[in-house]
Amino acid sequence: MRTKVKKEKVKFIWTPKKAATAISAYMIGLFFIYPYINMLFTSLKPRGELYASPSKRLPQSWQFDNYLNVWSKAPIGDFLKASIIVSVCATILVLIVSVPAAYYVARNRFKGRGPFLLLVLATQMFSPTALIIGIFREVKFFGLLDTWLALIIVNAGFNLAFAVWLLSGFFASVPVEIEEAALVDGCTRFKALRRIVLPVTLPGLVTAVIFTFVATWNEFTVALTIISSSSRQPISTGITTFIGQYDVAWQYLFTTTAIAIIPVVILFISIEKYLVGGLTAGSVK
Amino acid sequence: MDAPKIKNRRPANSIINALPWIGPALLLIVLVVVWPAIELIRISLTKITSAGTLEGFNGLGNYRLLFENPDLKAIAIRTVIWVLSVVSLTILISLPLAQLINQNFPGRKFVRWAMIVPWAASVVMTSIIWKWMLDLTSGEFNLTLQQLGLQNGQPVDWLRDPRYSFFVLVWIAVFVSIPFTTFVILAGLQSIPHDIVEAAQVDGAGSWQVYRGIKFPLLRNSLLIATIINLINVFNSFPIIWALTRGGPGYDTDTMITFAYKMAFVEYNMGPSTALGVVNFAFIMLIVLIYLRVTKATRDQA
Repeated sequence: MRTKVKKEKVKFIWTPKKAATAISAYMIGLFFIYPYINMLFTSLKPRGELYASPSKRLPQSWQFDNYLNVWSKAPIGDFLKASIIVSVCATILVLIVSVPAAYYVARNRFKGRGPFLLLVLATQMFSPTALIIGIFREVKFFGLLDTWLALIIVNAGFNLAFAVWLLSGFFASVPVEIEEAALVDGCTRFKALRRIVLPVTLPGLVTAVIFTFVATWNEFTVALTIISSSSRQPISTGITTFIGQYDVAWQYLFTTTAIAIIPVVILFISIEKYLVGGLTAGSVK
Repeated sequence: MDAPKIKNRRPANSIINALPWIGPALLLIVLVVVWPAIELIRISLTKITSAGTLEGFNGLGNYRLLFENPDLKAIAIRTVIWVLSVVSLTILISLPLAQLINQNFPGRKFVRWAMIVPWAASVVMTSIIWKWMLDLTSGEFNLTLQQLGLQNGQPVDWLRDPRYSFFVLVWIAVFVSIPFTTFVILAGLQSIPHDIVEAAQVDGAGSWQVYRGIKFPLLRNSLLIATIINLINVFNSFPIIWALTRGGPGYDTDTMITFAYKMAFVEYNMGPSTALGVVNFAFIMLIVLIYLRVTKATRDQA
């Protein structure tokens, strides 16, 4: 897909103009992570400092214990378990349905190919939010209210478009001749796919996996509507249980969001290069 | 090659041959998108109790109830303001940001990473963090205003004061929409061939002239795509409003999306909520059709 060109290390020379550019860029970068830095500081404050007046930005006594105590303050373990199971299963389901579809679409011209691709593209545009009443009734019809299975299927359905479009681009980039040569040499179709095509398309697969995982991890509306028992909540809806009737245990709320946010941010950053391509596939080329 | 002849009866490009490969994806789309859409339309034409029991065909009764609702007009106007203000602010801010992070400076990678964070993080969680930062007494925002001497007298209760709460929601929506938009525009900037830019510079064009005359026109496609995707995302936006105000007080910060949800799952006013669901669905469908047309046009150009 991309040929790696070794970038020449050009020595960077500071000029006032370049310094101004760099400094404004750093400030903007800081601006966009500041809320999350604030979250980390708050998560390390003792309870008494939360509403101290005058309030301070940094914790006066750093309460690293918050990250240990939070596990007994709320069923975080259960929330995380639910999120991991639902996200992993939705990701596997997306791979199972999108890899064959993307491969076939990249390799074959058939009647209905165009409409199929447009249908897939359209599903990427529909978020479950607008259809939530219909989704709720369908899930109820199948007797799957309050189950992870329903969450898995809905999340997989709305995220398959990204994988199909991104992967078909990767598959199309593998020259047919290489694959045919492998077939002539006695590889089965499946073997050719595994030995020749998959290694080249690995970055695409990793991107599809991470994107689906993170999107499902962060999904809110469907989980809010379908999951009613508190023991089955994923973390995205589970955190709202900290906002209690009387007050909010902000320090524990934020230890939890930190635990939920940091891993997916790292995952997302690792696929930066391919994100835009997958989301605007078929348009910006 | 002596492949069995029976396989050749079907033309190779028949969709029947494709079904084993694309069938599972089709099935999933039908289950998760098509079925709920048809169900929603069907229910909107049916008499339905608050418990969800169906009581026969109702014609346009649910739609009549919806349009008789005295709150609907204000909510519809607010939805238009919401979508237009969030999308236009997002685009206006993202354009210079993309230009900035396309420059060459040390640490550029880290600035780009920082800008991905609000995109990767859960929108509900980001909204809750902003809620804390805007807290009346302990929030970062009022603390900073105070330290800068910009606040005289009473601190502002940003989320409960009806003069500000809607703007706060708009701001958070802009904040979470900027990263995606900036990266789409950045991808557009990166696809502009260097030699065109260099040729213009050799001819003596200044950097602003290069941007106006060459780069901006070439960004047309990226901007179009970013605008349409944002239109849909912002219209569909639910977690920000739900986490911060639940559309309240009353219906004062509801959009058509949160209003439909509220009617269905909080007030159990099922009939009109399904009618509004269909209206919302139709609106998104319209933008999707525009999107498909636009992307088809750009694909055909390529």
